[in-house]
Amino acid sequence: MTDAPVPVVRLEGLRKVYRMGDQEAVALDDVDMTLEHGEFVAIMGPSGSGKSTLMHMIGLLDRPTAGRYLFEGQDVAALDADQLADLRSRRLGFVFQSYNLLSRTSALENVELPMVYAGIPERERRERALAALEVVGVGDMAQHVSNQMSGGQQQRVAIARALVNDPGLILADEPTGALDTKSSLDVMRVLERLNVEHGLTILLVTHEADIGRRAKRIVTFRDGKIVSDTPTAEAAIA
Amino acid sequence: MTLGTLLRIAWEALVRNRVRSLLTMLGVIIGVAAVVITISIGVGARESIAAQINGLGSNLVVVIPGNVTLNGVRTGTGAASTLTPGDGLAIAKLPHVASVSPAVGLRTQVIAGENNWFTQVAGVAPTFTYIREWALSSGAFFSQTNVSESAKVCVLGQTVVDNLFPKVSPLGKTVLIRNVPFTVIGVLSVRGQSAGGQDQDDTIVIPYTSAMERLTGNTFVSALMVSADDAPYITAVENEITGLLEQRHRIVGNQEDDFSVRSLQDIANAASATAAVMEYLLAGVAAVSLIVGGIGIMNIMLVSVTERTREIGLRIAVGARASAILEQFLIEAVVLSSVGGALGIVIGLIGSGAVAVLGQWPMVVPPLAIVLAFAFSVLIGVFFGYYPASKAARLNPIDALRFE
Repeated sequence: MTDAPVPVVRLEGLRKVYRMGDQEAVALDDVDMTLEHGEFVAIMGPSGSGKSTLMHMIGLLDRPTAGRYLFEGQDVAALDADQLADLRSRRLGFVFQSYNLLSRTSALENVELPMVYAGIPERERRERALAALEVVGVGDMAQHVSNQMSGGQQQRVAIARALVNDPGLILADEPTGALDTKSSLDVMRVLERLNVEHGLTILLVTHEADIGRRAKRIVTFRDGKIVSDTPTAEAAIA
Repeated sequence: MTLGTLLRIAWEALVRNRVRSLLTMLGVIIGVAAVVITISIGVGARESIAAQINGLGSNLVVVIPGNVTLNGVRTGTGAASTLTPGDGLAIAKLPHVASVSPAVGLRTQVIAGENNWFTQVAGVAPTFTYIREWALSSGAFFSQTNVSESAKVCVLGQTVVDNLFPKVSPLGKTVLIRNVPFTVIGVLSVRGQSAGGQDQDDTIVIPYTSAMERLTGNTFVSALMVSADDAPYITAVENEITGLLEQRHRIVGNQEDDFSVRSLQDIANAASATAAVMEYLLAGVAAVSLIVGGIGIMNIMLVSVTERTREIGLRIAVGARASAILEQFLIEAVVLSSVGGALGIVIGLIGSGAVAVLGQWPMVVPPLAIVLAFAFSVLIGVFFGYYPASKAARLNPIDALRFE
């Protein structure tokens, strides 16, 4: 056991219950799941199936009602709010459906943001942010203000922001949800390349089947439970 | 996060909403400007009053005749003919009295050659220049010998010189006062207006003996000017004079004094009180507008936190600690209030200058006042910015990221 590599994410009997007045809504019901280093997993399922809750839980934005969550081998229940914030800035990268770039702020400064909170000196921030923008193919737009860019370009900047701290896991929550087909394909190609060429572990939440198929493994949720967990055809061929 | 980065982020957020930021600052701007102007008026007015009081003479106490009642008709202060040069000599022997000068005043027409002029003639002692702290611009003042001899010598004020001797030096020339020829032996330095607005240079000064014997023909003086040897003794000197004169004038029991003793301190106090009322008024305006300004900042910061909910959610998601969010919004409020404070200081300085010109006093703004005003505006930002900032820091990131 000690020789085996530590999984990036390990969920054991994870439960999340929301209380609304006197009613209880079970968002996650006894979920067991392991995410190994270098995986590219798509979480699928209809809305209300619990996939967003799972995303927040894995992203350390919310705490489980019951069960254990080990992130890179560490039980996150033992961590306080500041330690969780530090883990988010150093080990996690988020990509959102609506990009969530700071308005009227240059692409470069947006990408620098996680490093600002991680306390990285300005010169290094600049270099790494430029390199990250280069990786996602918008290196020439560093000084563009977010509102002047297309949706696809904004999402690439958001991906650069997610990968710039060299995280252990990138969480992409419906990253193509607001994009047209062509831009969606571009964004997926960037994510695939990051996974294959840079070995980044990626967890993708989507409800679009053709987007999910581009991952190497699909986990399907329904009513807070995992109903299937299978490698994709592409992964099988590879 | 370094302070520099925080300040830059705050500054950029404020510049993005330029007009709103400026309007938010308005309360602080007005408040701080009012503080600066208040202090400047207070210091300036006090210095100006002090200068005017000192201009009248050092530690001056004036004794004037009281009122008399003749057949039931009361004449009012100054009408009694009771003060004599002898009273003055007696007062001079009192402790803490530096010097005494009788004063005999009359207003009359004076003639020099083909020019004539209506002016104030004052008969005084040589101690006049000391008591009134009034130097000569040329010539010499008359001596005790001139007084003993009731000499026909005079010293002119500059206004009289301008009107009687517009082109030549008056020294050695003759001035006819009520047809008595007086020789000009000196000219007083220019004094300007008195606190009451009178031209102090419109005067001719002669020995009081000459005035009494040659001009008025009576044995009484209009007033006695007394100089105490130090400011703290003024009240004591006033009381001593009252006691002495009651004794000399044989006033007993509840009989009314036939004289009146006043110090310039009383006048100065009245003037200072006026300035103080103005100061309190402006201080009130300053306090109210600083508080209103602070509430304005709190209001706008709350709006800003709501508007930027998603931004806050994102910052939390990418790893901002709650303390970093708190710092960011607190610093934004402080930048808002301190930029307002700086603008307020600039406007306050301009306002102080304008008020100083109107009030004809020197513009004095103590550096400490500026430092305090600025420090206060920073405190306003911290105090009123804390609640919105802590609200931002407590946001739930999941809700914040979903916020539309």
